Amino acid sequence: MTDSLTRRRLLAGIGVLSLGTLAGCSDSNKLSFKYGKDLSNQILGRTFRLKDTQGNEKTLSSFRGMMPMVFFGFTQCPAVCPTTLARAAQIKKLMGRDGDRLQVIFISLDPERDTPQVLDAYVKIFDPTFVALSGTLEQTAATAKEFGVFYEKIPAGPTYTISHTSTSFVFDSRGTLRLGLSQSLTAQECTEDLLTVMEVC
Amino acid sequence: MNLAIARNLSFRSFKAALLGLALAGACSSAWAQTVVDGAWVRATVPGQPSTGAFLTLTASTASTLLGAQSPVAGTVQIHQSSMKDDVMRMLPVEQVPLPAGTPVVFDTQGYHIMLIDLKQQVKEGDQVPLTLTLVDDQGTRQTLDVTATARALNQPDHAGHDAHHGH
Repeated sequence: MTDSLTRRRLLAGIGVLSLGTLAGCSDSNKLSFKYGKDLSNQILGRTFRLKDTQGNEKTLSSFRGMMPMVFFGFTQCPAVCPTTLARAAQIKKLMGRDGDRLQVIFISLDPERDTPQVLDAYVKIFDPTFVALSGTLEQTAATAKEFGVFYEKIPAGPTYTISHTSTSFVFDSRGTLRLGLSQSLTAQECTEDLLTVMEVC
Repeated sequence: MNLAIARNLSFRSFKAALLGLALAGACSSAWAQTVVDGAWVRATVPGQPSTGAFLTLTASTASTLLGAQSPVAGTVQIHQSSMKDDVMRMLPVEQVPLPAGTPVVFDTQGYHIMLIDLKQQVKEGDQVPLTLTLVDDQGTRQTLDVTATARALNQPDHAGHDAHHGH
């Protein structure tokens, strides 16, 4: 219920903004990126509801006014997660003052093992402004599904590891999904595309 | 250094030399005829139960890496990651073939060693001992003691760029 209310309010807000592009937002529904994938025509990740490491409930609209960059992973991930978060920290620096509007959000695919304490320490090593979100197993599955994120537990002896989509999803400051950044792109390449999103809104 | 000398010796005298080294308590990052380069471990945050170890192995004769152990971890496994359609897939592997003379890179993009059930936090700069078990094409098992230096968790890129040779 609150959800639809929030969405309605968000839509109303968008309506006002589009009247005169007051905030300098363009209504372009197609963007051209040099490196990343234009996701402007896709509706993903609109309704997730997860908790941050302080226990506060967060939705996409919690980050309104910022440019959220969402990445899924788990802290026991040896490679792609730390390198992607390190890249995000580099991007934020490369963006200069515009980087203040980039909100990096790490969503845990491993809520059974990623405690809020570990998650908090983990993301903040990369940048103190980074946010980590997690939920129950069901919420995690629902969130991954609405982003089109694949993940799968892989048994490994007494433990398990996780295969997962390593794309970073970027929303503009109105909460419209814009850009998918592959793990293979450099910080410089990502930064160029992120500045393109920023020009739109 | 030890290595350069050892490589020029015959296998038998090499074994004798190794015995000498072991007796002298000398710590070499290479054992037998497999050379280890740039071994490092990613540091962890408190409470993080596992991390990855990365290195390059070059065997002079065709060999196989059978596994690894470390006093810092309850379980050590070899995993292989692969990227397809921007999905990072992880797979535990039983062994890794080491073709003669070909460096096999264990990095964030492929094979890597997983240190699981860590007994303590791994801090940047820590020297983490690893013992690798190998078998050569003659069926001779060897163990190789390696010291991997812990690098910062937020290290931007994978191993190799500033890998240190030796310690």
